[in-house]
Amino acid sequence: MSYYEEEDLGRFGEVGRHRPDLFEKFMAWYQACQEDGALSRREKALIGLAVAHALQCPYCIDAFSQSCLEAGSNMEQMTEAIHMASALRGGASLVHGVQAHNSVNKVSM
Amino acid sequence: MSRQTLPVIGGDAPLRAPADFGEKLAAHGLSPRAAGVEVLQVNVGKLCNQACKHCHVDASPRRTEVMPAEVAEQVLEAVRRFRFPVVDITGGAPELNPNFRRLVTESRRLGSRVMVRHNLTVMFEPGQEDLPEFFRGHSVEVVSSLPYYLGRQTDAQRGPGVFDKSIEALKRLNAAGYGRGDGLTLDLVYNPVGAFLPPPQGSVEADFKRELLARHGVTFDRLYTITNMPIRRFLEYLRRSGNEERYMRRLVDAFNPAAVEGLMCRTTLSVDWTGRLYDCDFNQMLGLGVDGSLPQTVAEFDPERFEGRMVATGAHCFGCTAGAGSSCGGAVVKS
Repeated sequence: MSYYEEEDLGRFGEVGRHRPDLFEKFMAWYQACQEDGALSRREKALIGLAVAHALQCPYCIDAFSQSCLEAGSNMEQMTEAIHMASALRGGASLVHGVQAHNSVNKVSM
Repeated sequence: MSRQTLPVIGGDAPLRAPADFGEKLAAHGLSPRAAGVEVLQVNVGKLCNQACKHCHVDASPRRTEVMPAEVAEQVLEAVRRFRFPVVDITGGAPELNPNFRRLVTESRRLGSRVMVRHNLTVMFEPGQEDLPEFFRGHSVEVVSSLPYYLGRQTDAQRGPGVFDKSIEALKRLNAAGYGRGDGLTLDLVYNPVGAFLPPPQGSVEADFKRELLARHGVTFDRLYTITNMPIRRFLEYLRRSGNEERYMRRLVDAFNPAAVEGLMCRTTLSVDWTGRLYDCDFNQMLGLGVDGSLPQTVAEFDPERFEGRMVATGAHCFGCTAGAGSSCGGAVVKS
């Protein structure tokens, strides 16, 4: 038993049982975001995959892996997107080293 | 007629789908009725030099089902009498059938457009080296499977070394004048390497054109995207990998009523290696023949009786109506 079950993704709609008006607004927005626009569906799916990894959301990783394949991306492209997310997460941590330097400098002679 | 559970290979478990195809059509005010017969698709047998993991025919070098000469003559007699606009020859690797060249030559002489589902690598089998010249000599339209423009994905589906051979074959077809925009048609077929739907046809065609030209100097005319059908070898894969339920849910959820109008079963009639008639090649592989009130063999074919016929359907038909739809001519709903 895991907190995350694959089939639970298909039950997402149950979240809309309470305040369905809000859920419907979310779904309309969520779906509209993924349509072809200034960015293609394929580019948006890669962004979704990268963000899913940054958020470490298993539902989103599953859904956007499939979306990327069905939008025509291959594993090399998807892996580059995952590296981008991971590098940014790493970089975001590392750049806080400056804060540590600031703190240390403040209390050091 | 709607049959939601169809037998597969030797009485294996029936395909499970979360919806009934006939009911889904009816809910949209649609019916599985054919318009007529414009394409005679002739499956000359299951013998193939490859054994692809997704093959709905279960074709392989070990298969022995091959259309005999007398059935090939019955096919040609039907072409002679009814002058089908298109004769679409498939298999297996149809070129391995000893009657293949006669079917092509005679169908062309009778005025039909002839399409051959050519797997590319068969060109390197003994006695097949002259296929590009044979195709060119009869203005055959060549339709070839190439699941991806990269080797790893292609070989994963079609077998080790298939990609490199396929590229070499494409170069030979280009050298013979195919796929150069000069009237000799070379179309490619993409199908997903796994349990997911194909991408939009236009976008993946642009990828193939760009990458095949840049990497290999290869050109072609059009790319068709085809959905993997949940029957035979691909169904076995779905079951082995635990993907059957998820894939069928994906197909059903992606049902697109706009795809029904352009389904190939509306204009195609399929003949098997024994001469029996089916509404499509997939029904043929499931043993699901044309409506029982109609003539069952090509020798008895009568175009008037097949006009407006009811098409036999089942859960596998969700494969042809998902997303942009799928047919032997690729996506049905153009984006």
